[in-house]
Amino acid sequence: MKWKTLQPHTKQNVFTFLGLGVVWVLVAVLRAQGVLTRSAAGLLVPICCYVVMALSLNLTVGIMGELSLGHAGFMGVGAFTGVVASQSLMNAVPSVPLRLLAAMLAGALFAGVFGFLIGIPVLRLRGDYLAIVTLAFGEIIKELITCLLVGVDEKGLHIIFNYKGVKGVEDLNLSPAGQVIIKGAQGATGTQTIASFTAGMLLIFVTLFIILHLIYSRTGRAIMAIRDNRIAAESVGIDVTKHKMIAFVLSAAMAGAAGALYGLNYSNLVAAKFDFNTSILVLVFVVLGGLGNMRGSIIAAVLLYVLPEALRGMRDYRMLIYAVILIAVMLTTNSPIAQSFFSRFFRFGRKGGETE
Amino acid sequence: MEFLSYLISGVSLGSVYAIIALGYTMVYGIAKMLNFAHGDVIMVGGYISFCGFAYLGLNGWLALLLAMCVCTVLGIVIEGLAYRPLRQATSLAVLITAIGVSYLLQNTALLTWGATPKVYSPLIPLTNAAGEPNALKLGELSISYISLLTMAACIVIMVGLTLFTSRSKMGKAMRACSEDKDAARLMGINVNTTISVTFAIGSALAAVAGVLLCSFNPTLMPTTGSMPGIRAFTAAVFGGIGSIPGAFLGGLLIGVIEAMAKAYISTQLANSVVFAVLIVVLLVRPAGLLGKYVPEKV
Repeated sequence: MKWKTLQPHTKQNVFTFLGLGVVWVLVAVLRAQGVLTRSAAGLLVPICCYVVMALSLNLTVGIMGELSLGHAGFMGVGAFTGVVASQSLMNAVPSVPLRLLAAMLAGALFAGVFGFLIGIPVLRLRGDYLAIVTLAFGEIIKELITCLLVGVDEKGLHIIFNYKGVKGVEDLNLSPAGQVIIKGAQGATGTQTIASFTAGMLLIFVTLFIILHLIYSRTGRAIMAIRDNRIAAESVGIDVTKHKMIAFVLSAAMAGAAGALYGLNYSNLVAAKFDFNTSILVLVFVVLGGLGNMRGSIIAAVLLYVLPEALRGMRDYRMLIYAVILIAVMLTTNSPIAQSFFSRFFRFGRKGGETE
Repeated sequence: MEFLSYLISGVSLGSVYAIIALGYTMVYGIAKMLNFAHGDVIMVGGYISFCGFAYLGLNGWLALLLAMCVCTVLGIVIEGLAYRPLRQATSLAVLITAIGVSYLLQNTALLTWGATPKVYSPLIPLTNAAGEPNALKLGELSISYISLLTMAACIVIMVGLTLFTSRSKMGKAMRACSEDKDAARLMGINVNTTISVTFAIGSALAAVAGVLLCSFNPTLMPTTGSMPGIRAFTAAVFGGIGSIPGAFLGGLLIGVIEAMAKAYISTQLANSVVFAVLIVVLLVRPAGLLGKYVPEKV
């Protein structure tokens, strides 16, 4: 295939992948040279996770056009599934990369199943109601994980759903060789941290490839047609529920894989980490990067994650700045006054962009 | 007897939710937007009244009045700066902006008053000078005066709002705007002013709810308002969004459901139970208990 005959979006996507590859090599070299400080190197895996989260949420919000406020819930499902999978496969799969892969696949699978189950009721709703129900599901998932007690020994997994809050670790009936993985509200403790930057970058590549492949496929065009005009799309024979479900489940599964990677990056992890704030954090990345623009999501996630960490004094103001960014971006891109103001100065700029 | 006391605590908590839900429902009915920041206006109301009696030495009622005034202004400012430019925008854009405003308020409060919870002194002290509970005794049952006050306030506000929207000129304008904004504008109604007034009333109610909520739950934090706000939204949807008696009924039911879930199912899962109710209601009866179903026009 000749470069000149390629479609413009294909060229852009090739550049996106090349750019990611360059960043990967650059970071790897800097790390090998010892330029990166310990704390900076510690940020690499979370950044990868949040980039994947932003990409997957952009699929729901930007491409499907529905606001999901419970995305962190899927991340939480993935994280705890990944931790359980990795800890219980410790003896069966000694190879770390294979175990990490298995954990991420398990996280993606479980989060995908949750996405499907939640999608059945949620995708029947629209607009504000859909948003508030995803929020509700996110909170429910968080509370359910808080009630879980999970342990493993040679006989297999022991799981207790401790909803009364009266049972303890000893009720799991583990054998002496057994190990407790999730301790209710204390979360997962003593996890072997096997997440790596390489795995994170590979996950970004895979996620981006899947999403871009979806967008430029027949299914992706159908999903975007539903976003732009549901009734028109329905009348030309597009199955609305099916296409929305594909996007939603895919988005949940990718968030689950990111969650598994995130969970295996910390030896201690509590379910409260995956609350509404985290969902909003990811939403800010997506909105600032541009709804429906995958490259924007990646850049916004990296910048907004690194900036407050880099400027220590700004950490208190982090959420305040995010809030201002959310409002400012929405007002400048949607208000008629701001639009006419900007069009006067940036007449040659891209019109409309990919947001609507 | 135990059941009755749970019921009473549920009803009094539900009355607070009902007051918050009234604010939600009025704004949703007219502006057709989910004002996510409503819960945080409650929190601001709580903090302002706290400052009123802790720093300015006002008594509880004057502090309440101060909080109402500040929140009314806050509501009008929020509407004018953040929501008015987005009148024609998609609901996604408006909702994201509302979430932004909610975070802005929470974090401004965090930076102003700090993360450590403030100990709030209730409008009516829970115990009197002799150390006995300040409550009405009916046999074994005791109902605290603050619960009675909350229920009374809720009923007065509900009746007042119903009369206001059905009788007064501004109330009629509100109903006209919620039916059809363009037609209302053609009839000479100033739609922007009407929406501003709605936000003002909603925010003043949020201040009342904030003071009452903190009187029940005497710790005040920047995140105090967000959960009750979401529960009250659940209540508004449950009762039928846009309907004033619906918000009242929904608020009471959500309060009772929450109290019963805490007592008989699990304290840890109380939020989950309330949210499960929301999900079931939206699926089975999306228009809510008292709402009317409006078919979509193409």
